[in-house]
Amino acid sequence: MSETQNVTKVDVVEVTKIFGDDPDAALERLKTGATREEILRDTGQVVGVNNVTFQVGAGESFVVMGLSGSGKSTLIRCINRLIDPTSGQVRIDDEDILIADDDRLREIRLTKLGMVFQHFALFPHRTVAENTEYGLKIRGVAADERRKAALNWLDVVGLADWADSYPDALSGGMKQRVGLARALTVEPEVLLMDEPFSALDPLIRRDMQDELIDLQRKFHKSIIFITHDLNEALKLGDRVAIMKQGRFVQIGTPEEIVGSPADPYVEAFTQDVDRGRVVTAGTVMQPFEGIPLGRTNVKSIATIFDGFDGPGVYVTDAKGLPEGLVMQDDVGRALDEGLHDVTYLVRKDFPQVDESMPLADFFGACEAGVPIAVVNERKRLVGVINPLDVFAQLTPGAASGAKVGNGAAEEATGGGTAEVAPPAGATGGDHGARV
Amino acid sequence: MTDFLPKPSDFFVLPLDEWIDYLVKGILVPNLRPFFRAIQWPVDQVLTGLENLFNAIPFVVFVVILVWLAWRFAGRSIAVFTLVSLVVLDIVGVWPESMATLAMVLTAVLFCAVVGIPVGLMAGRSDTFATAVRPILDIMQTTPAFVYLVPVVMLFGVGIVPGVIATIIFAMPPIIRLTNLGIRQVPEELVEAGYAFGSTPRQVLIEVQIPLALRTIMAGLNQTLMLSLSMVVIAALIGAEGLGLIVYQGIGRLDVGLASVGGLGVVLLAITLDRITQGIGEASGADAGRRKLSGVAQKVKTLFGGKRPSDGDTATAGGTQASPPSPGEAA
Repeated sequence: MSETQNVTKVDVVEVTKIFGDDPDAALERLKTGATREEILRDTGQVVGVNNVTFQVGAGESFVVMGLSGSGKSTLIRCINRLIDPTSGQVRIDDEDILIADDDRLREIRLTKLGMVFQHFALFPHRTVAENTEYGLKIRGVAADERRKAALNWLDVVGLADWADSYPDALSGGMKQRVGLARALTVEPEVLLMDEPFSALDPLIRRDMQDELIDLQRKFHKSIIFITHDLNEALKLGDRVAIMKQGRFVQIGTPEEIVGSPADPYVEAFTQDVDRGRVVTAGTVMQPFEGIPLGRTNVKSIATIFDGFDGPGVYVTDAKGLPEGLVMQDDVGRALDEGLHDVTYLVRKDFPQVDESMPLADFFGACEAGVPIAVVNERKRLVGVINPLDVFAQLTPGAASGAKVGNGAAEEATGGGTAEVAPPAGATGGDHGARV
Repeated sequence: MTDFLPKPSDFFVLPLDEWIDYLVKGILVPNLRPFFRAIQWPVDQVLTGLENLFNAIPFVVFVVILVWLAWRFAGRSIAVFTLVSLVVLDIVGVWPESMATLAMVLTAVLFCAVVGIPVGLMAGRSDTFATAVRPILDIMQTTPAFVYLVPVVMLFGVGIVPGVIATIIFAMPPIIRLTNLGIRQVPEELVEAGYAFGSTPRQVLIEVQIPLALRTIMAGLNQTLMLSLSMVVIAALIGAEGLGLIVYQGIGRLDVGLASVGGLGVVLLAITLDRITQGIGEASGADAGRRKLSGVAQKVKTLFGGKRPSDGDTATAGGTQASPPSPGEAA
């Protein structure tokens, strides 16, 4: 997906929303640096959203995480103007919808935006199918055509059999599937999701998250997703924004949020995060393209080990695919015996992981104590992981000092100086794995 | 003692009664008489139409229709009660008066609905309008019913139509209040959902707000009906007919029997109409009737080992495991 992200779909520029009878006065005070509390105390105006700016790319899923009262629900309603922002711009496909007139606004809502609500917001007096086709009905689509579309999307979410039931016959998870189908039926380019899974049981919530990830793989919507659950944010977001008192305190990839929290507030949240699920192999690896097996011998490998205390290095074939692991001990023995050809020293039973794999998924491989080969999607060797780095990552205190992302690159000295790849790849490839 | 302490009225007396007297007699009556006459016209038309209709329908046919309505919407026991009530009304000899009263009441309710529901809808959608309407409704509801009668007689004259107009004024507030309440009770998220999918305010009103407020609006209609019934007796003071007139005559002649028969007629009519309209109100609430049916269909499906509402997990009790598409398959 990362390749489609360069087209900006939603561009939110310095949006501020102030609730109260005299927002302009509060806005002036806000601009001169008054805090939210001061403005509330002095003017009685409530700052809902304070100068928020972000972009969401086509096919990107952008998650806003914040506690209740942080303004996140207000923010998402500013995007489709269920709430009119006090100032700022909201551009969808480069059109500022804040200056659109009523007709144009409705057209944008009809054609480009779908919304999913926290408490499902299904119409109790309509059947599941009638709920699903609501957007098309408003658009004026003929009855049989919109029913067909509704059934199609109900089928996608697995509820086609329930088309003619009423919402009160459905469980919470099923209701939200209908909510999702209703939003998808209008074929929106942007999906606004306001805490869609917060009202669900934990197990169903996890299923729904997985299902959303699957749907997103198929349909590549731009998603703006609101949640108060950081784990959910990290799981679903290509990028995550942490919102506090109406402001964004940090925007970043899940790994940036967990690896280098911008302030103590964010850090406090990340304490409980399961790092093993967030941090990927690509982040903790030391970039290393391996030593081409055809162009090396025991002696040259031995010189590599001179400046390097790892237990072994990887050798690759002509295409850059990992051939095997050469252990330092074996090299020493071979030198003593006067051997020249490295081929006999190459161990083929080495651990290998994809760079997008979360640490938790290859934790077991670390216990062998040997370096782990990291490959990209074309199976080329792009780095190695020292098992000790994995253990360090999984201890919260250690990680914040080590700075995931750039930290790995800084430590990637020593090992075969000439062969070390530029550190650029360390974070680049990893969001591809997510929604 | 108290004579030593001055009161405001020692210095100044506000001639409020004279002012109002002047307002009505001096300004409203001479200038707006044609206007008030014009208001009377539609009320008169509807009332006469209904009266003629009820008089034309044979007793048996009327009873069958009403009992069927009661059966359909309120159940068997109310249907039986309706049958007994109507028969009693006839055998105590107040059937024609009951029909006259029914015509008056339904006319009043019709006009209350025609005026009150739109006003209630507007109040439900605008805080400013609701704030403006509220004191007027308070005045309409708390002013003693007899107080209406004097200005009504002056502006509209004496007779059955002015009686109905007094009834309309008296019975209007509940339908306005409950329509307002019903609209406001529609969950905000549902209204937002309406707008989020591109509906116009009108579409939100028709597609979302009114259907969901319908049950409350019907409760308002029921209250309006009850208030109308209680007003028709009082309206007899200014020449309205029907059961009210019987009661009024009973009081005038100190004829306990006559007054009681009139009173009984009002009570029976009131209970019958109340139960039937409540039944209709509940049935109309967001298509409860259809939902009941779909619920039954659901049970039948379940009975024959079909699908039941669950997420393929523990969401509902006692499900066979061969239930609907689990999340995994669904994806």
